[in-house]
Amino acid sequence: MELERPLPQPITPEAKPYWEGLREQKLMLPRCRACRRAFFYPRVICPHCHAADIEWFQSSGRGRLYSFEIGYQSFNKAFKVKPPFVLAMVELDEGPRMMSNLIGIEPDPKKIRCDMPVEVVFEKQTDEITLPFFRPAGGTR
Amino acid sequence: MKELRNSVCIVGVDESDELGTLPHKSMLTLHLEAVRNAVRDAGLKISDVDGIFTAGQHSPATIGEALGITPRYVDGTTVGGCSFIIMVGHALVALHHGLCDVAVVCHGESGRSGVGVTPRRDTALPGQYEAPFGFGGASTLFGMITTRHMHEHGTTLEQWAQVAVSTRQWAALNPKAKNREPITIADVLNSRPVCYPFNLLNICLVTDAGGAVVLTRADRAKDCAKKPVYVRGAGEATEHVMLTQMKSLTFSEATRMSGAKAFTMAGVTHKDFNHLMFYDAFTSGPPIMLESLGFCKPGEGVHFFDDGKSTPGGSLPINTNGGGLSYTHSGMYGIFPIIEAARQLRGECGPRQVPNCKVSLVNGMGGMLSAAGTLVLSSEK
Repeated sequence: MELERPLPQPITPEAKPYWEGLREQKLMLPRCRACRRAFFYPRVICPHCHAADIEWFQSSGRGRLYSFEIGYQSFNKAFKVKPPFVLAMVELDEGPRMMSNLIGIEPDPKKIRCDMPVEVVFEKQTDEITLPFFRPAGGTR
Repeated sequence: MKELRNSVCIVGVDESDELGTLPHKSMLTLHLEAVRNAVRDAGLKISDVDGIFTAGQHSPATIGEALGITPRYVDGTTVGGCSFIIMVGHALVALHHGLCDVAVVCHGESGRSGVGVTPRRDTALPGQYEAPFGFGGASTLFGMITTRHMHEHGTTLEQWAQVAVSTRQWAALNPKAKNREPITIADVLNSRPVCYPFNLLNICLVTDAGGAVVLTRADRAKDCAKKPVYVRGAGEATEHVMLTQMKSLTFSEATRMSGAKAFTMAGVTHKDFNHLMFYDAFTSGPPIMLESLGFCKPGEGVHFFDDGKSTPGGSLPINTNGGGLSYTHSGMYGIFPIIEAARQLRGECGPRQVPNCKVSLVNGMGGMLSAAGTLVLSSEK
């Protein structure tokens, strides 16, 4: 099957628990054992307190749409998802922000709003790579 | 910091022989043309240059070699398009301490035609955390900042469009500008949608171009060909690279810090400027930079473009070369606002000359407001 998206190459060693978690439909995040704050992307030093004692935990997968864009063309030759598509920056309830796509909603700026509640959905791309997408979460929180 | 104030001058500025779509010229040719032209503008010789400051794909060693000189001071700090603005500050320090005598800050980029350019390889971070979702290129990132600004401050697409309209009015007066036809807010809003909230006319050009700036100590500047432009203050900072790591999407901490440092060194306040040059990769850039530098409250930057204030004949002209939006934008645009500020302060801008231009601000970003450089330039000591 032809791939629709450019997939990570390489997966860096410090990010392995993240990608392994996604394969099991879990959104795993790194957290600092010293200051107890979560962060993303994975790295070996806490960006909050600079300690080097990192653990992993499973995120709720819930958060809010911090900001968004609507792509009306492809910006990368290897990205073959048919436009328009929604580019999303999500702020997870645990604090960190991550990039993703917002799916399950019409790509219309009148229908999408910053701070709307969203939740993660997993989509397998290959045996190795599953990606986390987000969709509107029902109801108020 | 105050001993650095006015200790160094810009004595030469120029672009490559041509700007625009130049498939017959390599990146190296554009770079060397710019250096030669700027050195000539200063009334100096290439053999006088002993400090090279450049960013991007060319290392300063490549430029030294290609020029046939052996620089005794080099700097290749590459933090995005504002690197050249930051390097004026680095050159200031090196010149002040006698580590070099004639510094060239220079840029060449075949951004449109890609001649003599090594294709950029994806790096591990965007490859894992951005590219799989369709991110690629600046508009897919700066749009995030812009959408959030609209959410937090109620700024509108029409207000961003006004920045493009104002900048195009200046381009109409600059024979070197690529796009010089007047445009309206409706033209911007009706141009091809690229990546919401940006239509095509919200986004800078992609061109082939070079630019260079020559600096020397103030005592030596008097002997150069043109009126010296004093570097009163310089500041820099970096905050992030990956946009998810930016603390507030709508306020640039790096910009704030770079401005505070430059203003302190220069001994100026916001009211002292006659002329402002911002790195306008996108229409939303200059308003957010105005806010982050403290020219106004967050959310109010767009009002600098209301009522003709920023346009020819206005009370506070902004981006008088026509900007990255309409004049040229090779990829790392930061050298060009310095060139324009120096020309305005010398009074050599013809129909687009800002009357009594004495103190000019140059502020630019690297990446997505990731890095920032600020200069306070002045026609008098």
